[in-house]
Amino acid sequence: MKVVPVSRPAGAPVSLKGAEPPAHITIRGLSKQFNGAVVYDKFDLDIPRGKFVSVFGPNGCGKSTLINMIAGLIPIDAGEILFAGKTLSQIKFGYVFQNYREALFPWLRSIDNIEYPLKHMNLPKAERRAKVERLVAHLGVKIDLQRYPYELSGGQQQLISIMRALVVEPEVLFLDEPFSALDYEMTLFMRQQLQRIFAETGTTMVLVSHDLEEAVYLADRILLLSRRPARVADYPWNEAPRPRTDATLSEAGFVQLKAHCLEVFQREVRKG
Amino acid sequence: MKRDSFLPLVGVVGLIVVWYIAVWVRIVDPVLLPSPQASFAALVKGMGGKLGFDFFKTVERTFYATAIAAVIAIPLGVFLGASEKLYRSVEFVIDFFRSTPASAMFPLFLVLFGVGNWTKILVAAFGAALVILFNVAYGVMNARKTRLLAAKVMGASRLRVLTDVMLLESLPQTFVGLRNGVSLALVIVVVAEMFIGSVDGLGHRVFEAQQLFDMPDMYAAIFAAGALGYGLNLLFLLIEKRFVHWSGK
Repeated sequence: MKVVPVSRPAGAPVSLKGAEPPAHITIRGLSKQFNGAVVYDKFDLDIPRGKFVSVFGPNGCGKSTLINMIAGLIPIDAGEILFAGKTLSQIKFGYVFQNYREALFPWLRSIDNIEYPLKHMNLPKAERRAKVERLVAHLGVKIDLQRYPYELSGGQQQLISIMRALVVEPEVLFLDEPFSALDYEMTLFMRQQLQRIFAETGTTMVLVSHDLEEAVYLADRILLLSRRPARVADYPWNEAPRPRTDATLSEAGFVQLKAHCLEVFQREVRKG
Repeated sequence: MKRDSFLPLVGVVGLIVVWYIAVWVRIVDPVLLPSPQASFAALVKGMGGKLGFDFFKTVERTFYATAIAAVIAIPLGVFLGASEKLYRSVEFVIDFFRSTPASAMFPLFLVLFGVGNWTKILVAAFGAALVILFNVAYGVMNARKTRLLAAKVMGASRLRVLTDVMLLESLPQTFVGLRNGVSLALVIVVVAEMFIGSVDGLGHRVFEAQQLFDMPDMYAAIFAAGALGYGLNLLFLLIEKRFVHWSGK
């Protein structure tokens, strides 16, 4: 079995080799058990600032658990998670759930859904509206925001929840398989939207995906996890230039990186 | 499409036709089964007079019973439902009394509250409250976990999660409870009006007409009670559609 410690797509620039970007999220000694099953055991990880990291790994290895612990949705047993030295409660962050239907508030109009997190920041109504309108204009979203979420398509609903997460101007955006409930056509469209949002905001993004192509396509860096207890199997960079397009998918560097990730993945699956 | 909206009338016309035939061929003693037009005439005439007054009294009692039940059961249901452990600890008691026919409680309520108007209202409120309580608590407990997490992740305090999410999440189920509750309250009120030293109400009217063997009047009162039950259900459905527009979506 070939072991690749840190790999890069052939031909891709290696500009980051000397100067690693500063870590935004540092995880040290993270441990977590579920009913006696060890999911994480003294797990260390750095997530770079302003980069897009995709998390990929075998089923049930704890991909979602990882971002849920970072986002404070699941308590950790031991360890430390810091955001440039600050704790979770000291920073603003956004979280996009897989199931947009159950994550949005159906009793609120789309625009009020987007505005909702601002209500917990003690901003006056006018300022909240202004923030929402700025975001809408900035992203160039063409959805009738006076409609209720259930009146919109799945992709539009997920776009609303992404905007709801972005409206607080978060330092970090977590996305838990955000497109897995959408059809393929909508998924392709939403990937482009997310890529554009990433380019426009420069927010650090952490995406959990079960679609390898999507994980590699969107990411600056792909976190490949092993089976339980999860370790970093590999953490390669994807240095393909942005904006990436459909053509990127067939470029040699991309194909090679994806093949490498698949190989690591298969190796980890077979270990189980 | 348009023709389909007349479909419900088929059953109504069918029932009246069968009724006419039954009267015409004298399957039933004409004293026991008056003709449809005699019953209908009694209904129209009655609603302008005594029957109308009894109808109003029953509406009034059902309204009070449901209102009392809702005022007690909705906050209590939210409180119990917010903590599943708390609800599980009282679930058996609620289910037991929910399953107890409220009519079996009449004598107890008579002893406690006397034979007055309020006894009828309170028995009905008792029955309706348990149905509403059960539904509200389940509505709160079954609030979508994702939605609660979403609110929490956006910085909502525990209290705000309750008021912004749990309460609204439970509304569809609360309306199911209110609809069942008002139906049950009407049943109990009508039965109470028949038996507990009553002088008015639809139950009393049916009972009195039967005692006097005034069959058209009795059928008229029965139809009035049916229309009331149907109308109350429809009213709550309309309110629900207006205020819980997201229900089932």
